[in-house]
Amino acid sequence: MPRKRTTGTQASGARSQSPLPKGLKKTDLVDYYTRMVQARSLDERIWALNRQGKVPIAASSQGHEAAQLGSLLAAEKDGDCFLFPYYRDLALKVAAGLTPVQTMMSFMGKAGDPYSSGRQFPLQGADLPNKIIQISNVVAAGLTQSVGYALGARMAGEKTVVFTYFGDGATSQGEVHEAMNFAAIHKLPVIFICENNRYAISTPQHSQMVVEEISSRAASYGFPGFTVDGMDMIQCYEATREAITHARSQGPVLLEMMVERFMSHTTDDDDRRYRPEGEVERAREKDPVITLARTLIEEGILTQKQVDAIAAKALKETDDATDLAEASSPPHESELHNSVYGP
Amino acid sequence: MTVKSVIEAVREAIAEEMERDAKVFVIGEDVGIRGGVFLATQGLAERFGSDRIIDAPLAEASIMGIALGAAFRGMRPIPEVQFSDFVWPSINQLIGEAARTCYGTNGAVQVPMVIRMPYGGGIRGGLFHSQNVETHFFHTPGLKVVAPSTPYDAKGLLKSAIRDNNPVVFLEHKKTYRLVRGEVPDEEYTLPIGKADVKRIGSNITLVSYGLTLHYCLEAAEVMAAEGVDIEVVDLRTLTPLDTETILDSVKKTGKLAIVHEDNITGGVGAEIAALVAERAFEYLDGPIARICGPDVPTMPFAQTLEDAYMPTGDKIADGLRKLVAY
Ligand SMILES: Cc1ncc(C[n+]2csc(CCOP(=O)(O)OP(=O)(O)O)c2C)c(N)n1
Ligand SMILES: [Mg+2]
Repeated sequence: MPRKRTTGTQASGARSQSPLPKGLKKTDLVDYYTRMVQARSLDERIWALNRQGKVPIAASSQGHEAAQLGSLLAAEKDGDCFLFPYYRDLALKVAAGLTPVQTMMSFMGKAGDPYSSGRQFPLQGADLPNKIIQISNVVAAGLTQSVGYALGARMAGEKTVVFTYFGDGATSQGEVHEAMNFAAIHKLPVIFICENNRYAISTPQHSQMVVEEISSRAASYGFPGFTVDGMDMIQCYEATREAITHARSQGPVLLEMMVERFMSHTTDDDDRRYRPEGEVERAREKDPVITLARTLIEEGILTQKQVDAIAAKALKETDDATDLAEASSPPHESELHNSVYGP
Repeated sequence: MTVKSVIEAVREAIAEEMERDAKVFVIGEDVGIRGGVFLATQGLAERFGSDRIIDAPLAEASIMGIALGAAFRGMRPIPEVQFSDFVWPSINQLIGEAARTCYGTNGAVQVPMVIRMPYGGGIRGGLFHSQNVETHFFHTPGLKVVAPSTPYDAKGLLKSAIRDNNPVVFLEHKKTYRLVRGEVPDEEYTLPIGKADVKRIGSNITLVSYGLTLHYCLEAAEVMAAEGVDIEVVDLRTLTPLDTETILDSVKKTGKLAIVHEDNITGGVGAEIAALVAERAFEYLDGPIARICGPDVPTMPFAQTLEDAYMPTGDKIADGLRKLVAY
């Protein structure tokens, strides 16, 4: 890992000019751009479906996609990572392999929801084929579990690196301290990924903590912490790739990814009550979907026409997924009592 | 058969299961070289190494959460809560997360974990070393709750709990640890979770209990026998799943029911059993259902007088039974 901490502001935008980082191919960028566009398309549709009364609740990942996909890209390249996401990781979960129709079924509470068969809030439960567990949306509850997962994997003789995702607000929970401390003592391969959008619902960062960089807290556990530009997918990829190497050889890393929350906290929230005017509009100038497309065009990897075609295809997928999910069955009421206990 | 104490039985069960299955490990405060404050894991760190008998930092939420996460990976953790009174910092991981994992993933993720905790009073432990916490877990679907009273039951049930694929809260009454001794087979055995045990066969009154007070019930039954009343004593052994059949069968035979526990009376295990019998064996009853339970104060206090006033005893139980006989 680089010893120096990178701040979001320093690194912002700088990456788009640079050559492709280690291990990345042009096709990876096209692939991940395509996944990002698909996730965005679903995310936007889900919000609209909520307004139509067809999706009871949603948390959007719009503005967080570069952080989520950049880290996922590093995980996929590595091939032996396990993810503990949180409720704002829609793009991560979709990009990790959830199909558009599965995504829609989950948001509509249908039987075909792979996470929990409609028992839980959308995309909550487990998607084991895609190496994901998220038992709840109790803020920060997944951190100690992810550390335990890493401990278990080590006991089983595996080299799995565990990624655990959480917001800035979550870092106020005592269990975050407990999780980081234990991971540090046992040098467990856990990458703590804080998606810092500087808000916990309406509470701004300065009301949650005094430190400016959450990554600085890593020092108190004796492991490295870095702040990266979470609006830049390639930078997030690079930081995570290095963090994986460090995690396997030396133990935990804290990555703070500076992101923007484009939407209200959830479909039940109205951020106009607490966000300064113009803030979201300014943030949207850094929209990862737009900036990544620009980079791809500038680098001659894609043409505008190809970018348009990717968007059109994603929209069609979203349309089809919406129709299929709407037509699919909800869980039968006889399932109420199933799986309270395992076999 | 060899006569052993409850704590020895517990220790043997852990050691045997760790020997049998490399996925089993212990995590808790001072469980390593110290062997746990009650010595439940004495000698195990030397035998199995500090990777499998893990001394955790003093932080219950993470002990529970880390054990849970390891269980997600297919390990069989045994987190030890040093005293049940200190389970509260971890309660979100236990009641909030572990109990809901199987249901919340529609069976995709299992939680093979045994949460051991010494509980209960009568040892001058005061408000924060005596707590009866069982009702909170008894109320929570997704958890199994085991509360043995003898070395034989403790060992056989703990071994089954470790092999179970669900989170099992294993409650060890700390006063029984050294006080209660009994025969334990030298050969391998397990006991089924969810099966009560009739510890004394009788015909006049059914007396249901578990843990320490089960022994007080047996004392009371002897007193009553001298007075010509024949008491049947049912040891629940497992609170969840509750062995409703054994309870109902006994009440149908005797026609009278008394329930004894140290935990607070209101909303306790006894209340549930009373409701069960009222619903399913009403026509067999020829007297009111009696509960001889801990009063509704937070925990038994420290002062001897107050602790005595709180605790159910053989005498108090016998008094309750006499009222039932007279009814
Ligand atoms: C323990 C707990 N307390 C409160 C909530 C309600 N809640 C849900 S999200 C949230 C804010 C979290 O903010 P942050 O961690 O920054 O994540 P973000 O939503 O910004 O991505 C709150 C208060 C909760 N889900 N869990
Ligand atoms: Mg936030």
